[in-house]
Amino acid sequence: MQLMSKSIMAMQQTIPIKSLDAVAKAAARRRARQRREWAIEGGLFVAALTSVAATVTIIAVLLSESIGFFKTVPLTDFFTDTLWTPLFAAPHYGILPLLAGTLVTSGVGLLVAIPLGTVAAIYLSEFASSRLREIIKPTLELLGAVPTVVYGYFALLVVTPGLQRIWPDLPGFNMLGPGIVIGIMIMPFVISLSEDAMRAVPMILREGSYAMGATRLQTAWRVVVPAATSGLVAAYVLGISRAVGETMVVAIAAGQNPNLTWNPLEPAATITAYIVQVALGDLPHGSIGYQSIFAAGLVLAVMTFTFNILGHMLRKRFREVY
Amino acid sequence: MAAQSSPQKHPSIARRMIAEVLFKILGICSLIIAVGTLVLLFGALLFEGVTRIDWQFLMSYPSRHASQAGILPAWVGSTLIMLVTAVVGIPLGVAAAIYLEEYARRSWMTELIEVTVTNLAGVPSIIYGLLALGLFVYILGLGETILVAGLTLALLILPVVIVTTREAIRAIPVEIREAAYALGATKWQTVVHHVLPYSAAGILTGIILALSRAIGETAPIVTIGALTFIAFLPPAPFTTQPPYLSFDWLLSPFTVMPIQMFGWVSRPGEDFASNAAAAGILLVGMTLAMNGLAIYIRYRMRKQVTW
Amino acid sequence: MNLTDSSHAQGWPKSLKAETRALSFSYASRLALKNLSIPIGENQITALIGPSGCGKSTFLRCFNRMHDLYAGNRYEGEILLYPDRRNILAAEVDPIEVRMRIAMVFQKPNPFPRSIYDNVAYGLRVRGTTERYLLDEKVEQALRSAALWEEVKDRLLARATSLSGGQQQRLCIARALATDPELLLLDEPTSALDPIATASIEELLLDLKQRVTILIVTHNMQQAARVSDWTAFMYLGELVEFGLTKELFTTPSKKQTEDYITGRFG
Repeated sequence: MQLMSKSIMAMQQTIPIKSLDAVAKAAARRRARQRREWAIEGGLFVAALTSVAATVTIIAVLLSESIGFFKTVPLTDFFTDTLWTPLFAAPHYGILPLLAGTLVTSGVGLLVAIPLGTVAAIYLSEFASSRLREIIKPTLELLGAVPTVVYGYFALLVVTPGLQRIWPDLPGFNMLGPGIVIGIMIMPFVISLSEDAMRAVPMILREGSYAMGATRLQTAWRVVVPAATSGLVAAYVLGISRAVGETMVVAIAAGQNPNLTWNPLEPAATITAYIVQVALGDLPHGSIGYQSIFAAGLVLAVMTFTFNILGHMLRKRFREVY
Repeated sequence: MAAQSSPQKHPSIARRMIAEVLFKILGICSLIIAVGTLVLLFGALLFEGVTRIDWQFLMSYPSRHASQAGILPAWVGSTLIMLVTAVVGIPLGVAAAIYLEEYARRSWMTELIEVTVTNLAGVPSIIYGLLALGLFVYILGLGETILVAGLTLALLILPVVIVTTREAIRAIPVEIREAAYALGATKWQTVVHHVLPYSAAGILTGIILALSRAIGETAPIVTIGALTFIAFLPPAPFTTQPPYLSFDWLLSPFTVMPIQMFGWVSRPGEDFASNAAAAGILLVGMTLAMNGLAIYIRYRMRKQVTW
Repeated sequence: MNLTDSSHAQGWPKSLKAETRALSFSYASRLALKNLSIPIGENQITALIGPSGCGKSTFLRCFNRMHDLYAGNRYEGEILLYPDRRNILAAEVDPIEVRMRIAMVFQKPNPFPRSIYDNVAYGLRVRGTTERYLLDEKVEQALRSAALWEEVKDRLLARATSLSGGQQQRLCIARALATDPELLLLDEPTSALDPIATASIEELLLDLKQRVTILIVTHNMQQAARVSDWTAFMYLGELVEFGLTKELFTTPSKKQTEDYITGRFG
């Protein structure tokens, strides 16, 4: 630092401002510098706008292709028809079967991820030693990084055969196996967000509880969890959004047939699995089949947008409290 | 004041302690399910596929005969696509993060950018696939090519890069910036001379995590129409004639590792399942190595931070 | 300690609620309290004063084993709690049992983000009380003792965080009193409050000492002089002087004490 200021002093001595000419030159230099700074700021701003552009384009593409779709298919059919067979000779365009598949697989996943994830997060935040936490947290991060196609393999070739030992009648494609795998998959995410929320609860509240003679469990359950409620709910909501948008696990292991059922033991296609199935085939651009994946995608996007906005609003509210 | 009456143990303590122990067991079980899965998963993959991994597997094209099939086009495709993704996604993401942290003033525009970044981070990857299908493949007419796949994944990792870069930049104390300004540096000089170098490790961590996510993505690539069976390589990026560089590969059809694995998982037959497992081992190994590296850099960084 | 021998009649409380004997305490690597022997007179207010960092809060937190919450902390010596003369630092003593007898109020008001009622009832509930009428009665009693009842009786189910700072701190005192503690620890309870709220809390403490022994840490010497019967002056983790408040403030026997109370350091 000292060296630096010395060299700057030296520089100042070598550029004395003498004449008007020199003043004008200095002004010119300043203008050039300002122009350069503005140009740079402008460039950076354009880069930042990419995210807005991407969002707008997503909405525009989904809407424009869906409008074509809804010119052929009335909205009432879309939401009330119980069959989804756009590629058949007698096509039906009812989103309900795909929606049901999505909800059942996500539901199974959440039944796994929310209770286990919450308990694990409470344990990590309130009970575990800092050493254990230092080991577990990166491990959970690794779990979250495993490619989803690998989880799909796991659902189809490990979990489902395992479940077939319990229910021998369980078909090879079903919603239970992928649902469980989705649950395990989003668990690290739920744990991580829930744990963050609980650790944000100020220590002084815990001390207040311990000082009253409460045990760790009582403190966790009666003080920390209530204080972190909106943070926890945000974690669940963002978890739901992930489960709903999960693609490869269900595309591989839940089957490809739209099937309006609430029974997780049956096979059924989800919205995402349908998009994959159509994309794998070779549908001409502009056909109703091609447009149908955008309509399905629009439903998916609306669902996940809603959950994301809700989740982030809750998180923001939680952050404002602490 | 001699000691008398031995202290009465409160009756509720014992009961509460039992609850405490039961909960600890429950907590450990939940963690075992979460973490044990990783072990079980990798074990199952290894058991099924490790014998398939050899030189022939790495250097062969796909085949109708499972035992002769390999993943050459897949890993070449993955590498080239990562190249495009990195070249496009990293500068865009880092620049956007610098803008948001160092330049942006509170305004509705900044607010809008922040909201869209958060939102994009939560958009399911298959939606990016639909975006790419509609925009890149048909409207821009780029076709089902490496370039399109790379651009799609670049958009996909953009929010990850922005968020982690911002975190890294934010960790630098304002005093450092003030010191630079006090010495006459401009904003951009402050960013280039101080902010970026000091946050480089954090930014690098974010970039590695982002690329590791991109390399495992399947859904958006399937959507834009990657082929699961491809028996040729894209044109080489280097040529023998001047200018020695060729960009024809950008417009070549392609496949990638996760898609190759998907193709094999979907095929009936024990042999193809082994191939899928072998591809899975490589894929998991690659993402875990990248994530492990990122976690290690972050850990080192945390130890070295001096402010 | 010599100081006790010289003036046992006047310099030592007659009836003890607790007493530390050669108490030392260290954080992971730093010795924070050195060989402290301080008596806590029954139904009296004992104040701990000293410059910041002298260990007075550390000392206070030993009494309900708050340091057990963090790894690496070590106690030496004894804290005897009367009448059973039990060493509450002994390894076999459950900290939870200790905390059920000794309550604490913190520097910053820390109401739980729940209703006023739930805050006060918390201690009883963790002890297993579920009968509504018992809880109602105790909550009212505690709030009355903390001089808060009139202000909050119509909104017991309102969020505790909606109260003003002074009210929050009185709520924390009520929460501590609801379980009928034998000893009440207060860690600079008024440092986050305005003068009016401070005055009301000091008044409250004077009322409370009929029922509960009080040990208070304060950085405010006037406060110590106003409310306490006994004062211990600590410096750098050691006890410099202990005595009747009115004597310690008028005729300190140590030069260091005199310098501190006359404001020459600290």
